[in-house]
Amino acid sequence: MTAHLKITGLGKTFREQRVLRNINLEVERGEIFAIMGPSGAGKTTLLRILNLLEKPDTGSITLDGDTINGTQQSGHSAARQRISMVFQSPALFNDTVYNNVAYSLKVRRMDKDIIKSKVSQSLRLVGLEGYENRNAKTLSGGEEQRIAFARAVVFEPDLLLLDEPTANLDPGNVAKIEEVIRTINRELNTTIIIATHHMNQVRRLADRVGMLLEGELIETGSREEVFEGVADERTRAFIEGEMVC
Amino acid sequence: MSITGVSLKVSGTATLLAALTGIPLSFFISHREFRGKQTLLTLINTGMGLPSVFVGLFVFIMLVPAGPFGFLKLIFTPKAMIIAQYIMVTPIITGVSLAAINAVPPAIRENAYTLGGNRKDIAIVVLKEAKFGMVTSVLAGFGRAIAEVGAILIVGGNIAYTGSVGGMGEGLSYTRTLTTAITSETSSGDISVALALGLILITINLSVNAVASMLQRRG
Repeated sequence: MTAHLKITGLGKTFREQRVLRNINLEVERGEIFAIMGPSGAGKTTLLRILNLLEKPDTGSITLDGDTINGTQQSGHSAARQRISMVFQSPALFNDTVYNNVAYSLKVRRMDKDIIKSKVSQSLRLVGLEGYENRNAKTLSGGEEQRIAFARAVVFEPDLLLLDEPTANLDPGNVAKIEEVIRTINRELNTTIIIATHHMNQVRRLADRVGMLLEGELIETGSREEVFEGVADERTRAFIEGEMVC
Repeated sequence: MSITGVSLKVSGTATLLAALTGIPLSFFISHREFRGKQTLLTLINTGMGLPSVFVGLFVFIMLVPAGPFGFLKLIFTPKAMIIAQYIMVTPIITGVSLAAINAVPPAIRENAYTLGGNRKDIAIVVLKEAKFGMVTSVLAGFGRAIAEVGAILIVGGNIAYTGSVGGMGEGLSYTRTLTTAITSETSSGDISVALALGLILITINLSVNAVASMLQRRG
């Protein structure tokens, strides 16, 4: 059986610096997969390639068997409709909450009534019902990030990529965002890949974990396997805080 | 037409045409890589500070009967003044708009793309984010145009009807604007009229800026 997401031999170089090298990974549908690693390990680059914002130098990525991003660009635009991403900074548009969340549906030229209903559902999913007419720029940091989640999942993507989504938030808002991530995964069966260097967040959220170090995926396994039976010494050093992030 | 009317018509038309050119041009420059881009940017930056008398002289040479566009018979007409002001205002609107577009965080574009927007959808998002900067660029352009005197004096000739000519009433303006009238009234020693015209000029500028501020507050 083909994996939902399959990454084969992925490599990327920026200005003669190899940022990613020979990444091989399979993720199943509905899984929450955490990519952990110190700053500069290549987590963001990997997510940006998966999100079609960057093109890899080598290798390929398939989603349900369809090549979405690789040295051959087949299926690029169709895949764009199946993948979404939440960035570290919400970067909401200077508009109402409704127009922010509705954006992806409007560009897909969906019917107004359907848009209204889906925006409402999406805001309920992140616990911000009734915020439709608020100006997105007047919200708190935690609320902004929850709106960014509502905006990212309103068109029900198959794959949701999260790049350090709680990096700038206080513990209360981190808990709320983690609950939003679980709800999205549970209710929409969305496959989620989260890049983070917060160990506790990985323990709380992930089904499986991959350790990325200096552009190499040095270890993958279930949460228990990685945290309790560490095979690689460098992963152990990172988990135990001996490695500087 | 009154002196104020000619000023508003000439500067308003020049600013409108410059905005229609400058805003799309700034968008194109910001979003595309092409050969000569750096040269174009240098030209725009230079154009933002063009001496108006030089522009006036250039347009004059182009439009006089012996010039390459003399057959159009535009010299000493409001159209010649619009052309001169258009040349001065376009780089200002382009330059300020470009700065506003470049100030939109890349994350906004990336989010629009991630959410499925095509090139046009992303452009609309960026335009909305930069709208205050765009308004500022048009205001700056209009401010330069309405206050400008050197170029329009050369290509317009500061013509007003002092008697009843061709059925037109006395004191009507053909190419006389507030600024050129201030110059001529000052030269003839009528300082009180020059001051009154200056007051009208400042009132126009204040009114335009007040309306823009109100629009910006409304978001």
